[in-house]
Amino acid sequence: MQELGKAELNSTRIIRQDDNRVVIEKDLDTEYMVLSMGPQHPSTHGVLRLECITDGEVVVEAEPYLGYLHRCFEKYCEKVDYPGIVPYTDRMDYLAGMNTEMAYCIAVEKLLDIEIPRRVEFIRVIVAELNRIASHLVAIGTYGIDLGAFTPFLFCFRDREHILNLLEWISGARMLYNYIWIGGLSYDVPADFKKRVAEFVTYFKPKTVELQKLLTENEIFVKRTRGIGLMPADVAINYGWSGPMLRGSGVDWDLRRNDPYSVYPELDFKVALPDPKFCEIGDCLARHVVRAIEMEESLKIIEQCLDRMPEVDGFNSRASIPKKIRPKAGEVYARAENPRGEVGFYIVSDGKSTKPLRCKARSSCFVNLSAMKDLSKGQLIPDLVAIIGSIDIVLGEVDR
Amino acid sequence: MDNGMEEAGNIMSAAVQQSKAAYDIIRERFGDAVSEFDANPTMPFFEVADASKWVDIALFMRDDARLKFNYMACLSGVDYMEQEQLGIVCNLESIGGPAHRIAVKVKCSREGGSIPSVSCVWHTANWHEREAYDMYGMTFEGHPDHRRILCPEDWTGFPLRKDYQVQETYHGIKVPY
Repeated sequence: MQELGKAELNSTRIIRQDDNRVVIEKDLDTEYMVLSMGPQHPSTHGVLRLECITDGEVVVEAEPYLGYLHRCFEKYCEKVDYPGIVPYTDRMDYLAGMNTEMAYCIAVEKLLDIEIPRRVEFIRVIVAELNRIASHLVAIGTYGIDLGAFTPFLFCFRDREHILNLLEWISGARMLYNYIWIGGLSYDVPADFKKRVAEFVTYFKPKTVELQKLLTENEIFVKRTRGIGLMPADVAINYGWSGPMLRGSGVDWDLRRNDPYSVYPELDFKVALPDPKFCEIGDCLARHVVRAIEMEESLKIIEQCLDRMPEVDGFNSRASIPKKIRPKAGEVYARAENPRGEVGFYIVSDGKSTKPLRCKARSSCFVNLSAMKDLSKGQLIPDLVAIIGSIDIVLGEVDR
Repeated sequence: MDNGMEEAGNIMSAAVQQSKAAYDIIRERFGDAVSEFDANPTMPFFEVADASKWVDIALFMRDDARLKFNYMACLSGVDYMEQEQLGIVCNLESIGGPAHRIAVKVKCSREGGSIPSVSCVWHTANWHEREAYDMYGMTFEGHPDHRRILCPEDWTGFPLRKDYQVQETYHGIKVPY
């Protein structure tokens, strides 16, 4: 026992065995090595640099360094008028442009206090949910690559291509849409839109099951993610986590339901929560499972919207856009549920100018990533890759 | 007086009334350390008049059973140039507790001003306060890791100040285009 007490001090590792015995490994004290991961590292999903202090293969501490993609979006906002900001919001989270545009437009519309036609609201929700699926497909596909599974990536990108084609068809761009405008849409959807989206939904439904079989039930994938990067619910809330990250920790919180906007209150969908049968609540696998379930829920939402979307003859999607967008003096904080979590805009208007006095973007993965230092403590380097992948960062949004 | 209150109450939406109820609890506890409630329809808020009490107020807001503001949605820095002040705006709400939201403003002097850090109360504030410092230059007393976050560490000036002039060169590279 004395030996054990001493061993716990330092330079040793105690491995407890099942049958009440312990194995003590002595003289494990190594020199700490600083390992810089990124900014050009495939698993950092962009230009993130992690300065890892490592003890052998164990990470003592990983400090994220950001800003490689910083364009000072908020400074641009002070120079550009309200409608002109919309394209910039696309470039923040370039994997979910529609969702970010929608969050920004909701914020300005709250300041303007204007009514949006129901058809516009339904189209917005459809494109936002399509974009959510596309974004989750990238998240899941690249997560597979991070952990050595290449095939799911190809499956995901094949299906994502269908969504991008649809969105390109209605907006003219594949990723940076500038489609949702303050008070309306840049164009109404083409005539066959409903039919083709319905076709996609029918096509994609079996694919979600296929993807589950390919990845979520894959023994190797589960071994790499289950029980890794555990985050308890209360700590996740204190860190301000949102979206699939927060739900992965078992917190039943979705802005589409808890702070409803647009037509979401009319729609019937389930808030995706991890099933303790498949994963441990709060681990990397739980976050992955939440994303997988969310894609299915998004399909349900799209189906309902297609049913309920009113058909209007000679509909002008720009009719409800105010001629001059100059909100009265005030401030607003409005947000939306993005694929990566809560994206919010804090906008201050002085009532005189057509440009905001202040426009702050609350980025979801900026906040989610801030827990990296705590999550990485004591993890192995390969597990660190699994953890970063599960956060699903888009550096364009982190750095803005 | 009572009539005036009632009228104001009638105009307020349900969400603003909830924020008002939360504010009343804070006002009761801290008195003049917090300013009057501003029933802004899109973002109801109050201001912390005595910034030195900010951490106490924050802890009270997070831990009081009636308030439970355990989730900080956003913390934004703001430059109030006319009043010669800088400030932060915190959007708070409760997950799993009462369904109310409120925003809190804390201000400090524009030159060399400082605000107590609440990163010990909400971890979210840690990076957000670093960002506010990076962009506006106010300091956060007691912040565990007070560095720039988005700009390089040797950048001069604070980009989001209204009177910001960008530096001519950075490591020999011409900056303004």
